[in-house]
Amino acid sequence: MIENRPGLTLVTHAVLWGGVAVLAFPVWVTFVASTLTAEQVLAAPMPLLPGGRFFENYVEVLLHGAGNSEAPAWRMMVNSFVTAMVIAIGKIAISLLSAFAIVYFKFPFRMFFFWMIFVTLMLPVEVRILPTYKVVSDLALLDSYTGLTLPLIASATATFLFRQFFLTIPDELAEAARVDGAGPMRFFWDVVVPMSRTSVAALFVIQFIYGWNQYLWPLLVTTQESYYTVAIGIKRMIAGGGDAATEWHLVMATAMLAMVPPALVVILMQKWFVKGLVDTEK
Amino acid sequence: MEKRVVFRSWWLPYVLVAPQLAITIVFFFWPAGQAVWQSLLAQDPFGISVEFVGLENFANLVADEHYLASFQVTAVFSLLVAGVGMSVSLLLAVFADRAIRGAGLYKTLIIWPYAVAPVVAAILWLFLFNPTLGVVAHWMRALGMTWDPLLDSGDALALIVIAATWKQVSYNFLFFLAGLQSIPKSLIEAAAIDGAGPGRRFWTIVFPLLSPTTFFLLVVNIIHAFFDTFAIVDAATGGGPGQATEILVYKVYKDGFKALDLGGSAAQSVILMAIVIALTVVQFRYIERKVQY
Repeated sequence: MIENRPGLTLVTHAVLWGGVAVLAFPVWVTFVASTLTAEQVLAAPMPLLPGGRFFENYVEVLLHGAGNSEAPAWRMMVNSFVTAMVIAIGKIAISLLSAFAIVYFKFPFRMFFFWMIFVTLMLPVEVRILPTYKVVSDLALLDSYTGLTLPLIASATATFLFRQFFLTIPDELAEAARVDGAGPMRFFWDVVVPMSRTSVAALFVIQFIYGWNQYLWPLLVTTQESYYTVAIGIKRMIAGGGDAATEWHLVMATAMLAMVPPALVVILMQKWFVKGLVDTEK
Repeated sequence: MEKRVVFRSWWLPYVLVAPQLAITIVFFFWPAGQAVWQSLLAQDPFGISVEFVGLENFANLVADEHYLASFQVTAVFSLLVAGVGMSVSLLLAVFADRAIRGAGLYKTLIIWPYAVAPVVAAILWLFLFNPTLGVVAHWMRALGMTWDPLLDSGDALALIVIAATWKQVSYNFLFFLAGLQSIPKSLIEAAAIDGAGPGRRFWTIVFPLLSPTTFFLLVVNIIHAFFDTFAIVDAATGGGPGQATEILVYKVYKDGFKALDLGGSAAQSVILMAIVIALTVVQFRYIERKVQY
């Protein structure tokens, strides 16, 4: 700090705590609602301190679901977890391979392929919903983990990021590997992949959150409740229109369950998360 | 930039890029091509007859007042999300950059909403602002404000703006904080020695030097508001009341899947693609050039 102004320091902390409180308030209310009975939630205004139904409510949604959705929350959590893991690992794997090919080989159409991958940045799923849905349905991939994950695995950002990183690996390493008689794949496994650990961790955090939070795509390709992810399931728990028909205490417990895994990933892996966020936007 | 040392193989590089390319072609280029092709066709909802109509679908859209209204809603929505979100984040980032004690803790407490799924964010705020049982709605009534996002289109728009902004604050905050920390301290110290107070230092030095970050975030926020908010709209308002919160991506979905207007939905997809391409080009051109005064 440049000059000492105790008043300004006080304002600084006040503004920051205010911001933190506003950001956390909805989650606090959600948590409180998830520990109340249905009647307590409906009594406007509901209490702002936790009630005694924490255990009962969470067991109820985890085992039996809520509202129109019969799917138990544990099942939806497993689906979200599988989806997020497959998307994150799949994206990283195929992007490592394609970036390696583009950086370490000279072959016809190299730059053409690179641009083909790069252009996909401009085609988010939201702008090509119907035809993509049709492709997946023609391939008989509706209601399957493959259908949920495969179309989301291609990644221009990850390919781009790994390409940038590979370009900074000293040429001497590849030279040495070649002198020692190591082939390209040996070099890839023993040198390139271990050196990319940091980028892989950072990307993993970002892509896990991306996969966990997918909404539109799972909404289209899943019709059976056994394939619902938690993001889809929670929407189905809200009854159309009628407030009394929605079991808000259970919906809020599901909301907490949906938030905790990605929030933990961000908080526990904050360093990788920040790096990933900054890197993927370069 | 190229590698001096490369490996040689006539088949291996193709095998390595094959998985990425296969997925790209099957799930990106083919559907995008289909969207362009279908936007030129007219099909009845039962799929019995298809007819090539040229640009008629686009002409219908331009003449459709619902579509123009949707454009307007999207524009207002994205400007509000970008404007409010960036102002709040900048304020928090400037203060977090000042605070020496507890800076790390504040950072953690501000960035976690990034992890919350848009649909969950929408449900959280829907619950708080629910006219009959929401806590905030109750306070607003106590203050004598009328509030009903199910009936009032302004209230519904406010609801989705709040949910989308809340989720985006952490992202903007991180980038503003990084931008602030990269400003040389010597400049600020020099201004302080010359007698400029904190407010003046902010407006004459810090804010202008932040302009590359601000511009980058503006584009990213508009892209976010255009394309990543489908879940928020679907869960919080369902496009209603009427079509008051029907943003463009929501309308593509609704016209395609609910109204089964394939040609119209495809034409909207093509227009959206043009918008993303324009925004991406802007992002890449200007970020390389570094906007600065």
